[in-house]
Amino acid sequence: MIWILSVLVFWAVAWWVNIRLTAQKPSRFTGFAVPALFGITLLLLWEGLVRGLGISPVLLPPPSAIGVTFVQSLPILWADFFQTFVKGALSGYIIGCSAAVLVAIAVDRSPFLQRGLLPVGNFVAALPIIGLAPIMVMWFGFDWHSKAAVVVAMVFFPVLVNTVQGLQASDTMQRDLMRTYAASYPQALMKLRLPAAMPFIFNGLKIATTLALIGAIVAEFFGSPIKGMGFRISTEVGRLALDMVWAEITVAAIAGSAFYGLVALLEKGVTFWHPSQRG
Amino acid sequence: MRNFLPIGTVVLVLFAFWYGGAVLLNKNWAYDKAERANIELSFGDMVKDTMTQDKPRLPPPHQVAAELWKTTGAMVQAGKAFGKRSLIYHGWITLSSTVLGFVFGTGLGILLAVGIVHNRAMDKSVMPWIIASQTIPILAIAPMIVVVLASAQVDDLIAKGVISMYLSFFPVVVGMVKGLRSPDHMQMDQMRTWNASRSQTFWRLRLPASAPYLFASLKVGIAASLIGAVVAELSLSQDGGLGARMLVGSYYGQTVQIWSALIAAATLAALMVAVIGMIQTLTLKRMGMAQ
Repeated sequence: MIWILSVLVFWAVAWWVNIRLTAQKPSRFTGFAVPALFGITLLLLWEGLVRGLGISPVLLPPPSAIGVTFVQSLPILWADFFQTFVKGALSGYIIGCSAAVLVAIAVDRSPFLQRGLLPVGNFVAALPIIGLAPIMVMWFGFDWHSKAAVVVAMVFFPVLVNTVQGLQASDTMQRDLMRTYAASYPQALMKLRLPAAMPFIFNGLKIATTLALIGAIVAEFFGSPIKGMGFRISTEVGRLALDMVWAEITVAAIAGSAFYGLVALLEKGVTFWHPSQRG
Repeated sequence: MRNFLPIGTVVLVLFAFWYGGAVLLNKNWAYDKAERANIELSFGDMVKDTMTQDKPRLPPPHQVAAELWKTTGAMVQAGKAFGKRSLIYHGWITLSSTVLGFVFGTGLGILLAVGIVHNRAMDKSVMPWIIASQTIPILAIAPMIVVVLASAQVDDLIAKGVISMYLSFFPVVVGMVKGLRSPDHMQMDQMRTWNASRSQTFWRLRLPASAPYLFASLKVGIAASLIGAVVAELSLSQDGGLGARMLVGSYYGQTVQIWSALIAAATLAALMVAVIGMIQTLTLKRMGMAQ
């Protein structure tokens, strides 16, 4: 009872503090403190309710137990992370994204193909590509190659569609200027069209970061060597060791957010000229 | 219709790749068989064999189409449209959890968006977490959510719907927040000169203005919702569904079955997006916002 009461009191206090904070002039500090306080409150609510209501750790372990498991099984988590993220997701991401950008540039010279590719690409991007996972596992075996293949299939179309769209982003005036400079096609591509396409390409790349991790993990449900995040999640769920599952999810969350953040940082460096980055 | 020819060309090229890939991937097995039977296989015979294998590595389109017909149209003709082997039956299971999750996800998304637009504290504290929640590969925890909910005596349909809901609420929140904020200063000032209350501003200006944004995100949301349902079915395969068909197919190496389930899922996704597109056109036309 005391657990529930105290977390409820903490919740009320945090709520009040957040309202006070947002009423002030927005600054860097409040921009960080408000969501952080909200996150801490959520964690404490979780901890307090699990303890106070006596929920079985088989159903929902408290965050403290997850933290302990996380620290204790760091070597396993690291091995899983390396297998799934570095070998599977990252290699697939790089192959898939570069292939998509290259295909988009190749298609770029033919407006006919572009008009056909955009609707088809948009359509395929909405399909449950993840269903290819069992097929890829059959083709490329249980190791990371099949996971990379699934990731390639998943990230290819979103990046392709965004790049094709981005290559059309430079306006007629700018292209005419290139023509008055007598710029060749590669020159116009490198100096005008590709840089102008960068905001679109990065939009695709950012969507693809999440897809890559999802693809690599879900593909492991269909068969994997005895390490990997997806493998660990599915086996530990079977053993009802949910604290380990949550630790693995924490790794996935950290990896996913860091990956996304890294691409966003890269975007900031490359497209510093774009209005959305200057504000 | 201007785009008919280019789209047709791209689709044709894709099919050509598919057939080419089928020959390439299946030829080893064809040669293996021929070697065991001590037959010299000519190129033409090899190609013919790759088109008709029982468990090909990549089934050519016509085999998938035949399997699709066998498990849908032929079953209907035999009067067993909802038999256990029918894709209509499995598609129906997937569809019901998809729609359930989608409806709840959309509701939750709209409510959150309304809160975020009207409450600064909520905007500042919840919005960053909503965005962060999507950088987490949430599909990965689908099996856990499904198992936990199932052991807590929750109905399987709801357990699957929860995954769909989680995937579909995000596009709706983001789209709705954008849409509810889309009325410009001029329009908001106009509301103020009419002395409109907050709820009047909401119902008469913000909500109608958000409709185009809402429909755009609904299309993304329903596709995501279907993916969630398919993945959730991997963990609850005893109930059937398109995801379960894929899993069973992968256990027994039934590639044709996997591909037909995949195509069925793709068709389902396309149909649902098309239905929302139709509702969008009708609604926006009635609201006088059609482009």
